Amino acid sequence: MTTAATPKKLTTSAMIASFADPGQRTSSAPFGHALSRLAAERPEIVGLSADLAKYTDMHVFREAHPDRFFQVGMAEQAMLAAAAGLAEVGMTPFASTYSVFATRRAYDFLCLDIAEPGLNVNIVGALPGLTTGYGPSHQATEDLAILRGCPNLTIVDPCDAVDIEQAVPALADAPGPTYLRLLRGAVPAVLDEYDYRFELGRAAELRTGRDVVFISTGLMTMRALQAAERLAADHVDVAVLHVPTIKPLDRDAILRAAGTDRLVVTLENHTVIGGLGESVTATLAYAGVGTRVVPIALPDEFLVAGALPTLHDRYGLSTDAIVAKVRTELS
Amino acid sequence: MTERIDRIRQAAHRIRHNAIDMAEAQGQGYIGQALGVADLLAVVYTDQLRYRPGDPDWPGRDRFLLSIGHYAIALYAALAEAGVIPAEELPSYGSDGSRLPMSGMASYTPGMEISGGSLGHGLGVAAGMALGLRHQGNSARVVNLLSDGELDEGSTWEAAMVCAHHGLGNVTAVVDVNALQADGPTAGVLRTEPIADKWRAFGWHALRVDGNDIPALVDAFDELHEHRDSPSVLVCDTRIGRGVPLLETREKAHFMRVDEHEWQIARDQLEEGLSR
Repeated sequence: MTTAATPKKLTTSAMIASFADPGQRTSSAPFGHALSRLAAERPEIVGLSADLAKYTDMHVFREAHPDRFFQVGMAEQAMLAAAAGLAEVGMTPFASTYSVFATRRAYDFLCLDIAEPGLNVNIVGALPGLTTGYGPSHQATEDLAILRGCPNLTIVDPCDAVDIEQAVPALADAPGPTYLRLLRGAVPAVLDEYDYRFELGRAAELRTGRDVVFISTGLMTMRALQAAERLAADHVDVAVLHVPTIKPLDRDAILRAAGTDRLVVTLENHTVIGGLGESVTATLAYAGVGTRVVPIALPDEFLVAGALPTLHDRYGLSTDAIVAKVRTELS
Repeated sequence: MTERIDRIRQAAHRIRHNAIDMAEAQGQGYIGQALGVADLLAVVYTDQLRYRPGDPDWPGRDRFLLSIGHYAIALYAALAEAGVIPAEELPSYGSDGSRLPMSGMASYTPGMEISGGSLGHGLGVAAGMALGLRHQGNSARVVNLLSDGELDEGSTWEAAMVCAHHGLGNVTAVVDVNALQADGPTAGVLRTEPIADKWRAFGWHALRVDGNDIPALVDAFDELHEHRDSPSVLVCDTRIGRGVPLLETREKAHFMRVDEHEWQIARDQLEEGLSR
């Protein structure tokens, strides 16, 4: 009896699946460790979870500072309201859950209890964009679109473990509310290979290039850097501007980057509606700059379930897909 | 009548007067609800809460959270009675540029701890404040006034579980049961009874009193004050328009209309009630 050579299909895998490439250098639970270190110095730091501490790296903080960890159960509205109450009496809360629940389910609480009074509450949303294969219930593909319209709110989409470690103290220092798109578990470490420091509200040019400029945020900066390397082999010179702060947007850096005759490509782990691409486009249009912008983003649709690598290929977020897109644009 | 009860009764009378003056300046408003909760606000502000009128941000103060933003008229009336805001400011209620907006907002008004209006928020914020105060070793209490209509909101019950789970004996919820919501009587909109049993099932120490009976309110608050093992709730049955027969007997409405000539009648009826 012969066995047909059917290739084994990739599986959705565990919820905690990492998006790191095989063999890539990673750091474990960078958010949880950074928060624990910060809390060791700052007694007002507290953590909250809505039954997802283990899945948002908050368990590291819980173990390090059990007296400052508050479990509220699977109740995201109560968690954000309680975080507001803790901030009202002088504590500095970090409240973590999945991005879909923080934004879709508890938005009224985020908006009115936290953002309107301008409280120093730091909301940490895991599984932003397409970082799980569980389908639309878990994929926060429109969290930036929901939150960009919220006054007072600072929004950060970090690239990697380095960004997260440096962002956590900066978010605690920022006087108002913040939203961090969390990368959790085994998180790639990439930016320490560059001359880079996270600065809230500032974009950073990680790489210069004459032909193309990638304006990217979140984990897509990692892919942008990989794609730039690959394109360099084809003698295409690609610059990468990393935009970790989505709001307030570093408009000057974006106008400088787009103010040349290079092909402008935006890259984000988010629907093409209401995220970085449209922010950049609006920035250029409002400044009277008529540059065309090529968006690399998720489509305006509910995404399918499956394995992350398959989905990133299918929806154009993989390095291969980026390289192919740029080649097409340049041909 | 004891001196204590009489003092509260006089305060409740002035709160009602303040509310009528404000509603008249506005020409309409949530006067029915304000008259209904005047007694319990008088008990809270003149007999129960620990605060410094001239220092509304004093860290040691008990926090009073109004989650029902449209009851702001009643709280402004009580804050004026408490000396937190000047009574001369009350006629500006709901006017452009006023510190006293129609729906209560923390950033506008001294003594307004939270922005209400979107219902079902207050108790969750109270839970967080109580967790923080306890962590800091601050003995201040957190009181949240919510309405029976707010019991429709799932978030109220999320917060109720959080308070009970964490043993927040420094939280007191006060539920104003006027049995009326925007779309009509609560019994017809969404049945909330048996209210006290629901809170008990959620792990709360619950009492139910006539919310317009000042001696009963005082006894209940005194008992709740002693109870620190679990969060407490005082369910208060109140009558919309209480103290002004003209409004008590009017067809019940969430947003009550009052004709221009009726304001003086309301004031006169209020005076007659006090002298009885």
